Amino acid sequence: MDELQLYTYIAVFGSFGLYFAIAWWARAGSTSEFYVAGGGISPIQNGMAIGADWMSAASFISMAGLIAFLGYGGSVFLMGWTGGYVLLAMLLAPYMRKHGKFTVPEFISDRYYSKTARIVAVICLIIASLTYIIGQMKGVGVAFSRFLEVDYGLGLGIGMGVVWVYAVLGGMKGITYTQIAQYCVLIFAYTIPAVFISLQLTGNPIPQLGLGSTLADGSGVYLLDKLDMVVTDLGFKEYTTDNLGGTLNMFAYTLSLMIGTAGLPHVIMRFFTVPSVQAARSSAGYALVFIALLYTVAPAVGAMARLNLMSTIEPAAGQNLEYEQRPQWFKDWEKTGLLKFEDKNGDGKIQYVADAKTNEMVKVDRDIMVLANPAIANLPNWVIALVAAGGLAAALSTAAGLLLAISSSVSHDLMKGVFTPDLTEKNELLAGRIVMTISILVAGYLGLNPPGFAAGTVALAFGLAASSIFPALMMGIFAKKMSGTAAVWGMIAGIGITMLYVFQHKGIMFIPGTSFLGGMEPNWFFGISPNAFGAVGALVNFAVAFAVGKVTGPAPAHIQQLVESFRIPRGAAVAAADH
Amino acid sequence: MENNNAYWRDNLRLIVICLAIWFVVSFGFGLLLVEPLNAIRIGGYKLGFWFAQQGSIYTFVALIFWYSSQMNKLDKKHNVEEE
Repeated sequence: MDELQLYTYIAVFGSFGLYFAIAWWARAGSTSEFYVAGGGISPIQNGMAIGADWMSAASFISMAGLIAFLGYGGSVFLMGWTGGYVLLAMLLAPYMRKHGKFTVPEFISDRYYSKTARIVAVICLIIASLTYIIGQMKGVGVAFSRFLEVDYGLGLGIGMGVVWVYAVLGGMKGITYTQIAQYCVLIFAYTIPAVFISLQLTGNPIPQLGLGSTLADGSGVYLLDKLDMVVTDLGFKEYTTDNLGGTLNMFAYTLSLMIGTAGLPHVIMRFFTVPSVQAARSSAGYALVFIALLYTVAPAVGAMARLNLMSTIEPAAGQNLEYEQRPQWFKDWEKTGLLKFEDKNGDGKIQYVADAKTNEMVKVDRDIMVLANPAIANLPNWVIALVAAGGLAAALSTAAGLLLAISSSVSHDLMKGVFTPDLTEKNELLAGRIVMTISILVAGYLGLNPPGFAAGTVALAFGLAASSIFPALMMGIFAKKMSGTAAVWGMIAGIGITMLYVFQHKGIMFIPGTSFLGGMEPNWFFGISPNAFGAVGALVNFAVAFAVGKVTGPAPAHIQQLVESFRIPRGAAVAAADH
Repeated sequence: MENNNAYWRDNLRLIVICLAIWFVVSFGFGLLLVEPLNAIRIGGYKLGFWFAQQGSIYTFVALIFWYSSQMNKLDKKHNVEEE
C-alpha cells in the first residue's frame, strides 16, 4: 500500500467512524425526533446541516470542473444554487415553520384542503428526490472505487451500507448532527487545496482574492488575463466572457436552479427543525453563509485548475509536453478512461487545442477536475486524501437528506395521512425505516445500472421541483384565495410540461433513442436548453393555477383564515379541518 | 385583524425591495448588463464577471440577514412576535 492509499484509508474511515458515532449518540426515539429532530436545532447548527445537505457531489466534485471549462457560463450554477436561499428565506421558510408540520405534502394538504393535492405533491417529491439521489449514489460509487481501488459495484455497495446505517437509525436528529460533522469535513477538504493553489499561483492565500490578483511569477499579469490569453491562443472562447447558450438561456437556467433550490423538499424540511419563525429566517441566512464559503471558492478552484492544466500541457507557447514525460496523475486518470490522449500528428507531444481535428486531448472529463486538482498542483498526499473524504461526505450527506424526505412523504403522508390513518407512532417509524431501506436499494440499483443518467438527472430534479412544488407553496402563502383544485392542476401542468420537454430531448427516463422529437438544439424552445426548462414549467404552473382558480372560485373562508395565521409569527396556527 | 393586515403589507413591501436587489445584482449586473460592466475592472476582475461569480453571492447573504433583522423589528412594531 502506498502512502496516498494509506492516507486515504485514514481520512475516509476516520471520518466515517465519526459519523457513525454521532448517529449512534443522537439516535431518534420518536416520530418528531425522526422527522424534524424534535424541533430543537439552533439556527447556526441548522445552517451547517443545510449546507451539508445541500452541497452534494454535484457541488463538491462537479461544479468547479464545469466552471473550469465553461468560464463565465458556469456562473449559472453559482448564482442559481445560492440565489434560491433568498427566495426560501422570504417566500417560504418562515410561514411553513409557523404552520408547524413535518413534511411538505402535509403543508400542501392542509393549505389546499385536499388529499389529491397531498398525493400529487408526494409524487412530485418522490420523482424529484429519487432522480437526485441516483446521481449521489453514483458519485459515492465512483469516489469509493477510485480511492479505495475497488470495483465500482463494491464501492457503491459500501456507500449504500454507510448511508443505511446512519439514515435509518438516526432519522433527522442523527442526520442533523452527522451533517454538521460532514459540513466541517467537506469545507476543509474543499478550501485547503484551494488555499495552497492560490498561494502557489498568486501568493495570496485567500482564493476569492487570489482569483483577482496578479500572478506570483513576477510578470505582473493578472491571473484571469493570463487565463483569457492562454485559452484564446489555443482557439477556445475567452474564459471571462464565454456565455452558455446565449443570455436568454443563461437567464432561464439561473432562474430554474434558483426556484428549484427553493422547491426541493429535503431543503425545505430543514426549516421545520428550527425552534421558531425568527430562527427559520436566520437559518436560511446562516445556511447561505456556509454554502457561500464553498461557492465563492469554487470559481477560483475552477479557473486555477484550468490554468494549471493548460500550463502542465504547454508550459510555454510551442513547448508542448512530451507524452512519455506525463505526470503520475495523468496516468492515474487515463486508467479510469476519463482522460484520453491520442497522438494525431505522431510527434509524441500533447497538443490541447479547441479545434477538434487537431486536438489530441480527446477526452477531459469535467468531473475529474476537483479530484485531480491537488495532484495537478503537486500538493502533498494528505491533501489529496482529504479531498476524497470531503467528496464522500458531500455525496452521503445529501443522499441521507433526500432519503429522509422520501421516507417521510411515504410513511407520513401516504400511509398515515391517506391510506392507514390509524397507524401508531411506532409503526409509522418502522414504516419510515422500511421505505428508506427500499429507497436505498432502488437508488443503488439505478446507480449500478445508470441509464445514461448523471448531468441530466440533476437538471431534471431541479426542473421538477421548480415547476411543481415551489409555485404551489408560494401561492399557498401569498395568494390566499387560491383554491385546491387550481393548485392541483397547476402542479400537474407544470411538472407535466417540464417532463415532456426534458424527455422529448433527452429520452424517456434518459434512455438514449427514446427522445421522440429529436434532442437537437434547433428544436429547443427559444433556445432554452432542457436543463433550464424548469423556469418555463414554473410559469406554466402559475398561469394554469390562476386560470383554473378563476373558474373554481376562491378557497373557503376557514382556509383563508389558516393562510392568515401562517403569515403572523404569534400564536398557534388555526387547526385545519381535521384530516 | 387590521394590525395583521398592516404587518403583512409592511412585510410585502420589504420583500419587494429585497427581491428587487436580488434581481439587480444577479440577473441585472451578472447577466443582462454584464458587457458594459466588464469595461470596469477591480483588480484582475472584470466587474460584470465579478458580480456573476462573487458579488451576487455576497449580496444574497447580506440580503437575508438584513431582511431577517428588519422582520424582527416589524414583529415587535406590530406586536406579533412569538411569545
